[in-house]
Amino acid sequence: MAKTFEVNKTIKEINERIKNGKAVVVNAEEMVEIVRSKGKVEAAKEIDVVTTGTFSPMCSSGLLFNIGQEPPTMKTSEVWLNNVPCYAGIAAADSYIGVTEPAEDDPLNKVYPGRFAYGGGHVIEDLIAGKTVRLKAKAYGTDCYPRKEIEKDITLKDLPNAIMLNPRNCYQNYNCAVNMTSRTIYTYMGPLKANQRNANYATAGQLSPLFNDPYLKTIGLGTRIFLAGAKGYVIGAGTQHVKNPARNERGIPLGGSGTLMIKGNLEGMDPRYFRGLSFQGYGCTASVGIGIPIPILNEEMAWFTGVSDADIQMPVKDYGYDYPNGIGRALAHVTFEELKSGEITVNGKVIPTVPMTSHVMSLEIADKLKSWIQKGDFLLTEPVEEIEST
Amino acid sequence: MTENKNFNKIVHLSFPPTVSGRPVICNLGKLYNLSFNILKADINPRHEGSMTLEIMGPEEEFHKGLNYIKENGIKVIPVTQKISRDEESCMHCGMCLAMCPTGALSLDMDTRKVLFELDKCTACGMCTKVCPVNAMENDPQEKENRTT
Repeated sequence: MAKTFEVNKTIKEINERIKNGKAVVVNAEEMVEIVRSKGKVEAAKEIDVVTTGTFSPMCSSGLLFNIGQEPPTMKTSEVWLNNVPCYAGIAAADSYIGVTEPAEDDPLNKVYPGRFAYGGGHVIEDLIAGKTVRLKAKAYGTDCYPRKEIEKDITLKDLPNAIMLNPRNCYQNYNCAVNMTSRTIYTYMGPLKANQRNANYATAGQLSPLFNDPYLKTIGLGTRIFLAGAKGYVIGAGTQHVKNPARNERGIPLGGSGTLMIKGNLEGMDPRYFRGLSFQGYGCTASVGIGIPIPILNEEMAWFTGVSDADIQMPVKDYGYDYPNGIGRALAHVTFEELKSGEITVNGKVIPTVPMTSHVMSLEIADKLKSWIQKGDFLLTEPVEEIEST
Repeated sequence: MTENKNFNKIVHLSFPPTVSGRPVICNLGKLYNLSFNILKADINPRHEGSMTLEIMGPEEEFHKGLNYIKENGIKVIPVTQKISRDEESCMHCGMCLAMCPTGALSLDMDTRKVLFELDKCTACGMCTKVCPVNAMENDPQEKENRTT
């Protein structure tokens, strides 16, 4: 049985209001106070769209690109961009470059902890910024594709197709990482000092997309989003998506759970919202700026988007011993509000907290998406297919 | 803060190969009313050396002591010129906070921006290694390593 609501809006109606410049749009931080003071029903009547934003390291990201043909034709089998290896086991001129791929001559962790100065994420950032990138490709040569080598400088404009294609973005909740061993370790959660002397945490909390729609009721295949400064799309659940996680009474998952697969054209993206990263001792990755609009179709969506940092619990996990050994235990659950306060207490020990997601940038993204919608430049879409989340 | 008694400044010293064999720094305490704390040192005979020093004492003595160091052929660079932040590049994520030993890098609780207070910086260089976008720069050479 479908639930009945006091407030019932459709995406079509909201889009009409956007087109007429009448839609009421707020960011997810502003919505917290609105729902708190007016209640969910009033909030649902008043607000049409809540914009979310996040700017966080998202390792499962990359670029699908086509280099075009320059006779004699070529079926590339090995491809590099700025000496970063790409995957070329697809059609003749297609390749994929992932953000965690280091440059071929990178010393990696041979001198520990390595610097990982340049990788796939940096290549993509350079392309978005309009910089010149060195393309190198090799092939074994066939009757239809005789060319065996090519090497030239290219920019984004020279690529007939350049599509950001991210298998797993927007993790709904994540671990807060500490290190219980007696030496500093270098992880994808950043450097963790010995004996729990720092606790590193990610996500944008109450601004984060999937905390504002915890059951993915409005986000599905075909949802139009802000992706790195341009328009992109959700194309389904991401890899490792967990559809039925343990949740708190507000529906917020208690650990890493929902994920999204994302795509978008590189053209029009802004290098401010896509940054190649070097994690000392760990590797290369990239921060991806994503903003998702949540249509306030009814009071239930108003309630969900009213989520505050205090409503979000994150598991604290040991990355020194537990994580590498596949032990999933949580040392404690702390709220996002506590994490943002600068310190948490775990088993009686006070630990300074260190954010990895830029709150400043996450808010900027939510506000940018808000202004696009207010100006009528961005319309909402009806998902073609749901992403399962119970 | 009483300016005369508690004057305290962090400086970076560069020793040419010719002076690295002679005692100079200890004279800050012997000849002047200063005390010092060595934060970082890399001194080798017949090589160019470097040292990061926190000097404490009356301001007048500090300037006399600094002149004495300079007269002895040692180059004095204020630490504030050693570490800098590329404001365009910094995305205010906060990862550097874990490694900063002095609190020179801190989080503004209202704006959630990362603050960088030069006068607290000892130029240890930890932030330059942890910053994922290379926004914290040690010296111009560091930056060049990032190019492709």
